[in-house]
Amino acid sequence: MSQATAAVKKDSQAEHHEELSFLYKYILPVDHKIIGMQYIFTGLIMAIIGGYFSYAFRMQLAFPGEVVPLYGLVGPGEYNMLITNHGTIMIFWVAMPVLIAGFGNYLIPLMIGCDDMVFPRLNRLSYQIFLVSALVLIASFFVTGGGFGGAWTSYPPLSSNAEYSLTDWGASLWILAVALEFVSFLLGGINFITTTMNARAPGMKMMDIPIAVWFIVIAVILFMASVGPLIAGAVMLFMDQRLGTSFFLPSGGGDPLLWQHLFWFFGHPEVYVVLLPTMGIVADVITVFSRKKLFGYRTVLYTAFATGGLSFVVWAHHQFIAGIDPRVANVFVVTTVLISIPLAEMMFSYIATLYGGSIELKTPMLWALGFLAAFLIGGVTGIYLGASALDIYFHDSYFVLAHFHYTFFPITIIGMFAALTFWFPKMFGRMMNETLGKIHFWGTFIPFNCIFLPLFFLGLAGQNRRVYNFQLYPDLATQDLQNIRIFATLSLVVMLIFQLVFIYNFFVSMFKGEKAPNNPWNANTLEWSIPSPPPHGNFKTLPTVYRGAYEYSVPGRELDYWPQNEAPK
Amino acid sequence: MIEYFVQSASSFAGDIDNLFLVITLIIGFWFFLTFGALVYFIIRFRRKDGVKAKYIAGEKHSETKWTHYPHYAVIAMDVVIIAVNILVWVEIKQTLPPRDNLVRVIGQQWTWSFIHAGPDGELDTPDDVATANDLHLKLGETYHFELQSRDVLHNFSVPAFRLRQDAVPGRTISGWFKPTKTGTFDLQCAEMCGYGHGIMGAAVTVHSKESYENTMAQIRKGTYESHYQKRRGTKTGLPSKTSYVEDKDSFATLLASIF
Repeated sequence: MSQATAAVKKDSQAEHHEELSFLYKYILPVDHKIIGMQYIFTGLIMAIIGGYFSYAFRMQLAFPGEVVPLYGLVGPGEYNMLITNHGTIMIFWVAMPVLIAGFGNYLIPLMIGCDDMVFPRLNRLSYQIFLVSALVLIASFFVTGGGFGGAWTSYPPLSSNAEYSLTDWGASLWILAVALEFVSFLLGGINFITTTMNARAPGMKMMDIPIAVWFIVIAVILFMASVGPLIAGAVMLFMDQRLGTSFFLPSGGGDPLLWQHLFWFFGHPEVYVVLLPTMGIVADVITVFSRKKLFGYRTVLYTAFATGGLSFVVWAHHQFIAGIDPRVANVFVVTTVLISIPLAEMMFSYIATLYGGSIELKTPMLWALGFLAAFLIGGVTGIYLGASALDIYFHDSYFVLAHFHYTFFPITIIGMFAALTFWFPKMFGRMMNETLGKIHFWGTFIPFNCIFLPLFFLGLAGQNRRVYNFQLYPDLATQDLQNIRIFATLSLVVMLIFQLVFIYNFFVSMFKGEKAPNNPWNANTLEWSIPSPPPHGNFKTLPTVYRGAYEYSVPGRELDYWPQNEAPK
Repeated sequence: MIEYFVQSASSFAGDIDNLFLVITLIIGFWFFLTFGALVYFIIRFRRKDGVKAKYIAGEKHSETKWTHYPHYAVIAMDVVIIAVNILVWVEIKQTLPPRDNLVRVIGQQWTWSFIHAGPDGELDTPDDVATANDLHLKLGETYHFELQSRDVLHNFSVPAFRLRQDAVPGRTISGWFKPTKTGTFDLQCAEMCGYGHGIMGAAVTVHSKESYENTMAQIRKGTYESHYQKRRGTKTGLPSKTSYVEDKDSFATLLASIF
């Protein structure tokens, strides 16, 4: 195990790291760094679309029936399309590409000390399929009937029959886009696992791998193990839509609940698929900025394995009141609540890492700590929903909505900013502006809480999700509740405006920022031992690894960090 | 705590509210403890010149006990939550107490139909009373419901009753509730059911015995004025601009409105 070698022979183009033409360097690259950035930039563009959608439907909820500035009127069908595609985009086209495919591609070879992914051409194909899937999704907004509006869970028979959904091709293109995207990540995933297992730098043992890489690999394994049933389901759903089969139609002998099982068998592990990369990134960031060794490296790693394993047996907690046998629910309550055990341990270890540290609140550290604080709220409110009896009241209410935004927003957006601000110097060879970074952090973090904390109370008041206009429900149409909606919406607008600060900082720093040294944060991992940005082929000579990734503030050393590749005296 | 935000109008609403309270106390304790530790560490261990961070691997017992002991306490509290939850769940969803009355609830894009059993207490008899978007219930009677759907998934959700159940086409799903408070409450569809999902509401009215008989007589005579309509007034839920016709190719209009 200690003798890790690049076991897989690579094709010739990736082996020779000569200067490439623009076309081969940026459009059809095999370099994992460029492919990673392609994923990240595509994800960021999709995030803008997803954020724009949320602006439009939140405005409708706050000011029902009014013309939304920069959008127009939102009708009921359009509202459904907006919420459906907001969810779909944010999970499948932002969280997955940025956190897993983007940072996975960028970081894995750099952090394990090899020159590229072991299957560079497969990697390129993976991005190309991903790009096609994104274009198919965008195309689905423009077809006759409009985009799909049956919620991101796409429950049949609504999604399987055009006479119910009224979006004939919208629904089909939607499921096609999702299926294509899964194919893309399957290709990428096999690459990540093979690379990490076979191509580590000499001396890098399993327990020397940075947590960020470990967690991305675990996430990919979870994804690949869980996605099979959903791809089968997607094919069945597509056939129901286009060929008139009736896998999910009771009138033809099918069962609508079958889709729910297939979907959530994937859908729950998916939560941990996106959580783990962010958790890993945060582990790296907090150790660097508190100059501390990660508390209980092995424990943290094993809790991730346990979380991943458990995540396969909790899916039916999305279906407590969906018509499944109520006795089965009790089993899923137990497994669901058990997930709190590894995750609590992981959280405690992260917080224990801060103990006795020398904490410097640079922008990436603010994002990482913000993640821990916000995810804590998301985590504990999950206990309410894991309890089946409370789920009777909370299922599909705004309480659920607030809960999962308190998990997904920290994971996707806060985690993404933590990673972007942390590795920006490596990616572009320039430093980002700290002041603007901090303004952006507070301008995002405070409005984020102002958006979603009030929604917990709307959920308690009995407000259901996906409802177009609450003025029709006298119990919910009171001015007090409407004021809460308006407050949440205005907070969203404030948050969106503050993203302009980031965009400005990002692009100006990319070209005009202060030049970054190789290792601006004094970090240990291998990517900081090479120039910023790293050249094609990464390492001049492959590094040798002598120790784990988190040897900070080791007693007896003058420096408070100890790079993994520094030879012992 | 939930009753502070919404009325509590069924026999099991109190149990759900109590479960919420139990969980709130437990997780509230953990939340403030963990959050407090996080904030305290950030403030206490800020970088100071000349002070080096501690080197703690977190692998010796004397170190790991700080995460392991709280962790055992988490497990113990999980057991409490699971136990209380299963008691409430079994009461609401796994048992069917003897019924006093029966109602059939049918979801259909985008209307609720209710078939009240009438004086004989049986469905599919001539004295059944059918209504659209108006459910009438008698105070203090234990109702069984038969939930059906004609097309897609719907969800029979009455927040004041803490009641929620998916309606699945091709199946009849049974359940029960017992109204304990007179008044009219909202029913919202809680499962995405297409274009009109957001405006698929109904009114649930809990009557005293007399008022119930009067209403039923009115419905039979045809002189009944819908509670749903009355509560909703003239609101349609659609945008108020009279010239507005929803364009199916809406994204094209959207783009046109931007550029």
